[in-house]
Amino acid sequence: MKEEQLEQDKYFEEELSNRGFLLTRIDEVAAWARSNSLWPMTFGLACCAVEMMQAAASRYDMDRFGLLFRPSPRQSDLMIVAGTLTNKMAPALRRVYDQMPDPKWVISMGSCANGGGYYHFSYAVVRGCDQIVPVDVYVPGCPPTAEALLYGILQLQKKIRRTTKFKG
Amino acid sequence: MNRENIFKLLDKLNLQIKILEIPDFIALHINKSEVIGLLSFLKESEDLRFTILTDLFAADFPQRSKRFEVVYNLLSLKLNQRFLVKVDLDEEESVPSATKLFSAACWYEREVYDMYGIHFDDTHDLRRILTDYGFVGHPLRKDFPVTGHLEVKYDEKLEKVIYQPVVLDLEFRMFDFLSPWRGSDYILPGDEKAKKPPEAK
Repeated sequence: MKEEQLEQDKYFEEELSNRGFLLTRIDEVAAWARSNSLWPMTFGLACCAVEMMQAAASRYDMDRFGLLFRPSPRQSDLMIVAGTLTNKMAPALRRVYDQMPDPKWVISMGSCANGGGYYHFSYAVVRGCDQIVPVDVYVPGCPPTAEALLYGILQLQKKIRRTTKFKG
Repeated sequence: MNRENIFKLLDKLNLQIKILEIPDFIALHINKSEVIGLLSFLKESEDLRFTILTDLFAADFPQRSKRFEVVYNLLSLKLNQRFLVKVDLDEEESVPSATKLFSAACWYEREVYDMYGIHFDDTHDLRRILTDYGFVGHPLRKDFPVTGHLEVKYDEKLEKVIYQPVVLDLEFRMFDFLSPWRGSDYILPGDEKAKKPPEAK
């Protein structure tokens, strides 16, 4: 592993010093850029939002992965649905999702967002936010710990790296 | 001013009241036609000064002949006393609104209307306050199905969130609060085929 790394470093050094540029595939660069600058839309609905704040704060520090919370859907490409989605909130959630520019992803955080959770049989709660928006990653828990959310974000990054392809 | 003196004051009003024994409260039942008069007396009287409406709520008792009960909860800072006024109501009956006396009553009345469908007369704003726009039914009525009547879903073709009748993918489950670790007094789902534990001698 280490030898491989050294070989790679040597290759990069030679390429850069001899030619002054590197060649790579455009979709890999795009995937790298997208997955490492996910800007989530702040969509805290209930207690999960507190755990989401914890993940963003200094201890777990989502900034390390390039995640910066944005107050506007027009500046974000990831929506973390954190908490109970009620019927009254559902049209607002969809509108915010529609306002986000493509490409966009959704993380469903916590039991309530995944499938209604504790309120599954309630008259006021949507039985899973995937009824309203397409979801990429489901994070289980009630509420999920900050580590769990971070793990979900890392899974999403992997998914983005795997699926970002341009047709040539 | 203690409890007895307050009731002596109320006797002068000549109201049809039924006194209730509730710890730490002065509580009484009254007819709905007299409730506003009583509330305004309790508020305006210099000796009482029940000037704060801390709560206004209702309850549903389907077994009673008049199923609803509306409760006014008043607080007097002067006497450090709380006062409950209860009114019994039929399903078709409405109560006079207390908004002219207590502006705080408006949102409480909206909540009572939203949850029980009880109408308040001469109120300026009787909309639903908590449930969804266009919600069907009144959820805190005992005959309201807990899953409600409508659910929301995004329709890809119409490109908007639509309402449709509730379809449960998961069978409805009643939850109890017995701990499965301590043992329940019924057979748990999935345990039907399990061996019974040997009976203790």
